[in-house]
Amino acid sequence: MSSASADLSVSGSGPSGPSAGAPASGRWRGLEGGIHLFLLGCAAVSVVTTVSIVVILAVESARFFLDVSVVEFLTDTRWTPLLKPQHFGILPLLCGTILVAVGSMCVSVPIGLGTAIFLSEYAPGRLREVIRPVVEILAGIPSVVYGYFAVVTISPVVRWVFPGTGVFNAASACVVVGVMTLPMIISLSEDALRAVPRSLRQGAYALGATKYEVTVQVVVPAAMSGIVASFLLAVSRAIGETMAVSLAAGKTPRLTLNPLESVQTMTSYIVQISQGDTPAGTPEYRTLFAVGLVLFVMTLLINLLAQWFLGRVREKYE
Amino acid sequence: MTSTTGQRRRQRIRILSFVFFSACLAASIVCVGMLFVLLWSVMRDGVHWLDADFLTRFPSRFPDRAGIRSALFGSLWLTGLTALFALPIGVGAAVYLEEYAGNSWWRRLIQLNISNLAGVPSIVYGILGLGLFVQQMALGRSVLSGALTLSLVVLPIVILATQEALRGIPDSIRHASYALGATRWQTVWHQVLPAALPGIMTGVILALSRAIGEAAPLVAVGAVAFVRFVPTSLMDPFTALPIQIFDWSGRPKAEFREIAAAAIIVLLAMLITMNTMAVFVRYRFGRRIRW
Repeated sequence: MSSASADLSVSGSGPSGPSAGAPASGRWRGLEGGIHLFLLGCAAVSVVTTVSIVVILAVESARFFLDVSVVEFLTDTRWTPLLKPQHFGILPLLCGTILVAVGSMCVSVPIGLGTAIFLSEYAPGRLREVIRPVVEILAGIPSVVYGYFAVVTISPVVRWVFPGTGVFNAASACVVVGVMTLPMIISLSEDALRAVPRSLRQGAYALGATKYEVTVQVVVPAAMSGIVASFLLAVSRAIGETMAVSLAAGKTPRLTLNPLESVQTMTSYIVQISQGDTPAGTPEYRTLFAVGLVLFVMTLLINLLAQWFLGRVREKYE
Repeated sequence: MTSTTGQRRRQRIRILSFVFFSACLAASIVCVGMLFVLLWSVMRDGVHWLDADFLTRFPSRFPDRAGIRSALFGSLWLTGLTALFALPIGVGAAVYLEEYAGNSWWRRLIQLNISNLAGVPSIVYGILGLGLFVQQMALGRSVLSGALTLSLVVLPIVILATQEALRGIPDSIRHASYALGATRWQTVWHQVLPAALPGIMTGVILALSRAIGEAAPLVAVGAVAFVRFVPTSLMDPFTALPIQIFDWSGRPKAEFREIAAAAIIVLLAMLITMNTMAVFVRYRFGRRIRW
């Protein structure tokens, strides 16, 4: 019995598993082993998922790059895989993605950080109990609903402020993605601000600082790692955001930084080609995987950076 | 002289603090306001299209004859199947990580992997579903492919929520069970899981409410918006509520946007029901066990 259970070393501080005195007959022992294997299999599913994502993206992209050179893919400034003459330059899509991501941060960083500071430093308990659930509801609303909101409500406002703008424009995508990423910035930044030890604040008050000075000069800098992590996760979310951007920004791959024009992001291109009837196996169909690979790598790198910042928070105060 | 500069400085700080406080307050008001503007614009456009016919009719080229029957049934199929796949695998993985794996490098690898998967954009899961389920496993653009893909999307959420619930069970419960001679699985099955059930249920319901609103992976897997039948087997083509909303919102005709709003009201009603259930489970059953 012991050799089987010795492998199953107990997590944390638990006791050393079932002992020889247990009523575990041979049948039980077999069952225990089988269950252990089943649970291990469940946990392995997550690893298999990651491996499958990487393998599928890499293999199909490799096939794509047999037809289209990597240099063309990364430097050509036109993206017209579905039209003749074909051009496979991802720069317009990248530009659209970055335009929407940066624009959305212009909305979500000031509003999100302001709300987080208000919640953690100023808001009386009752007001907090109103605002927090609202933020949670915002986080739970599906992306496609935000897309509808962008087309029906935000886009007309943008067109009213800037006459001559089309129905589909990057600005309304920026605003709506900014609103979508607000909950992430608010909840993570508020956690970071609340984690700043009371003693730091009291030390500053004892030196005669006002509440404003304590907040701006002590609490926010002390929480900076967590705040930066929340910004990074919001950027990664904005880059991967799909349905709202597809509805709001349009389908025109264009190398522009003007938010009033219609642009196409990597995600909305993937939607476009998924909905179309491009035959599988052609280079234009495989663009799906090459663009997916770029998207996956970008979000992965940003997420890893964010986790590094979050790890720094834990080191500091634990 | 010094006293006047001191006074001026104090004056300036007073103004700055007021401006800063007002800015933070304004940010919060914008936040709350956004939600109300969103809900108001959906209600304004959609509520007068809502009736029993809208729920039971199939989609149509004419907005006044269109309904969401196939989308509604598609979403129910997808959610049910996703629960069927993601619940056992997610809970199993969490039990493995918390109760079996110890603190090995293998456990840390899986944990890091899960937190990274939680940040992968859902459209990338769609590409995975397209490559793996639709093409490699030849399941086609079926409701089964869609549900398997959605299961992978929500799996990290189920695992993380279940782990949280398992961590809340004090070790004394496990020790007592072992002391009475129970094996590890007997301890998990008879003591730990029942005690953690409210937390697990809450997490699963929230994961499913994510699945029901998710459209991007389904688009990549090949859901189509114009389906005039209800799926009757796992291999049937399908549509879903978010897909239908996406299709109608993108059309230029105003009436289609209004029925999109009506469909959004139905979707939000389903989400509110599920979240209320989650809160109910947490409060009703969470308090029964006291340590």
